[in-house]
Amino acid sequence: MNRFDWLSGFLARLEDEHVMVGPKAVRELSPAQVLEIDPENWGRVAEVAAAEGYRWSAIWADEHAQEMRLFSCFENEGDYLMLETGLALDSKLALPSQAPFYPAADRMERHIHDLLGIEFAEAPDTRRWTRHQAWDEDCFPLRRKASPDGAPPARTPADGDYPFERIAGSGVYEIPVGPVHAGIIEPGHFRFQAVGEEVLNLEQHLGYVHRGVEKRAVGRDADGLLKLAARVSGDSAVAHAWAACQAIERAWKIVPSRRALQLRGLLAERERIANHIGDIGAICNDVGFAFAQMQCSRLREEIQRRNAELFGHRLLMDVLVVGGVTVDLDVEAIAQLRADMQALSVEASRLFDVLNDQPALEDRLLTTGRLSHDSARELGCTGYVGKASGCGFDVRSNNPYAPYDQLAIEPVVHEQGDVAARVRVRMKEVLVSLEWMDRLLGGLADGPVRIEATPHSAPCEGLGVVDGWRGETLAYVRFDEDGRVARYFPRDPSWHTWPALERIVMGNIVPDFPVCNKSVNGSYAGHDL
Amino acid sequence: MLKVLWKSLRTGVVTEPPPARDDAELERLGIEVKRHIDRKFAGSLAVREVDAGSCNGCELEIHALNNPYYDVERFGVHFVASPRHADVLLVTGVVSRHMETALRRTLRATPRPRYVIAAGSCACDGGEFGISYASSGAVENVVGVDLRIPGCPPTPEQLLRGILLFLEQPGGSD
Repeated sequence: MNRFDWLSGFLARLEDEHVMVGPKAVRELSPAQVLEIDPENWGRVAEVAAAEGYRWSAIWADEHAQEMRLFSCFENEGDYLMLETGLALDSKLALPSQAPFYPAADRMERHIHDLLGIEFAEAPDTRRWTRHQAWDEDCFPLRRKASPDGAPPARTPADGDYPFERIAGSGVYEIPVGPVHAGIIEPGHFRFQAVGEEVLNLEQHLGYVHRGVEKRAVGRDADGLLKLAARVSGDSAVAHAWAACQAIERAWKIVPSRRALQLRGLLAERERIANHIGDIGAICNDVGFAFAQMQCSRLREEIQRRNAELFGHRLLMDVLVVGGVTVDLDVEAIAQLRADMQALSVEASRLFDVLNDQPALEDRLLTTGRLSHDSARELGCTGYVGKASGCGFDVRSNNPYAPYDQLAIEPVVHEQGDVAARVRVRMKEVLVSLEWMDRLLGGLADGPVRIEATPHSAPCEGLGVVDGWRGETLAYVRFDEDGRVARYFPRDPSWHTWPALERIVMGNIVPDFPVCNKSVNGSYAGHDL
Repeated sequence: MLKVLWKSLRTGVVTEPPPARDDAELERLGIEVKRHIDRKFAGSLAVREVDAGSCNGCELEIHALNNPYYDVERFGVHFVASPRHADVLLVTGVVSRHMETALRRTLRATPRPRYVIAAGSCACDGGEFGISYASSGAVENVVGVDLRIPGCPPTPEQLLRGILLFLEQPGGSD
């Protein structure tokens, strides 16, 4: 496969649209190619990309000494193309929105506005998003000159005046849910408009667990950044840490040993199967089938105990470090793991057969919460949400990174797009990952699991892209000349799946919201940052 | 239905005995107890979990308390949907400023006698996030805390020890 053989065609298309791109405009930021464009073309280029069918993946901004740099990220045929532009700090910080062409850009642009003050012209929605009542509208906490302490009120009031959309009509009523939810779950607000039991509209209001991850990253060293990355979303400790490691390692031009990368793959897949198994149980529990919850949580517990025993942490936090991983596996441990996985494979298969054979479960999960293929594409959903609706993109297969480059993993796709499909995708991914891990463990390379990692003494930047269990996970890291983090942006896949949930639940009954929500299982913390 | 029953029978009971409640052990775990509780809680504790700003790691481990291995319900500890039904708020995470009022209101809605347990390093001391424009830091910076269970996240065993300690603490009522 020739990477980027479509790029020249795209540049020609841009020329047709009178978007001038200079000869030196393309640079590399592995694994992406970066195209520098003028800010006034920011929307136009996105429009062309949308017309060409490219997937939109992320946008973030980064304040340098003299200018504000912006990046947005697209994917086509497995290749990553980024756009880059700059706004002089003493000018008006504004450029066109990409949201009219890519709806998932909406919230990320509003997040950028709330934290950095950049305005996106012709954005379909200009309401605040991440900002609630802890800082004012003319305050931008991620700006360099803004102190990390901010100037918050002594007591931050509730966010009572967020302008939700309302539906008027006979019999329409409004149900507010959250931020504190009835179960053991992260906080967020859901505003339903319903008639009888049917949901006419769901509007989310997130940002309740905004902890200031991006601000907290500034000034850290690489080790400190990894600690933070593992806690962006605790259930995705490996995914976010791996993306951050990739970004740092590319910035510093170091390559971990093959063995270290294989172990990272092992850890990432263990994280995947633990979460998938847990989710399958929880989804069934949300429709009253406690048997599944008990069986799945039992299996999840066994995975986590083995994680603690072999890797020192039940959730695998702090096992990935720059240059490799902290723990090696000896021959005995490998044999034990393989035995584990083989047993789990049989056990999980049998359990899934039982679950797939329950008419009551089918009745609740089939056709519930359907996400159309078009919606999934439009929103750029990856992970099990995208895959259940026919969008099969998976970084491990479409843009393989070690160890998936040498050991391919089977992609999983379903078409129905309902809750049942999202369960089926998870089930298949569990079995596929178990089989893949077994093959991996049968062929671990020799070598150290950690190599020396010395920071550069010059400013540098890097991009990391991995397939976490929720989907495509990005990390951008930039270091200043002191080797301290100047910018960290983790892009959790939930930015794309949260808006999908709003579409998923429409036309379903209110009591099916929990199962729809669980079937998507977006990260609140990973999204709110 | 038969498949379900058969699977349950074959799996058997995996529930483990509760952890030993040795004071030195608990000391080592660094659990601080600030207040004594009324003995009448022994045998039944209704817990309302509140994520005030965690990364979700603590939630996963709290969920694990309800799995067949730990089966926290056999100690009479059950999680309730409303603070109005609760004896204890189990609070995780730093208190994100956007959650401050929600946490205060949840506590206010909890009828007395009521207690607050801060679970996890963020809830105990601010963890990786501390105090900032976005975060008020440890739970005790916002509401009074009766018990701290540190850990990042605390394991289900550490959570269980903390809760059991809480349940069986002798002493006067509050």
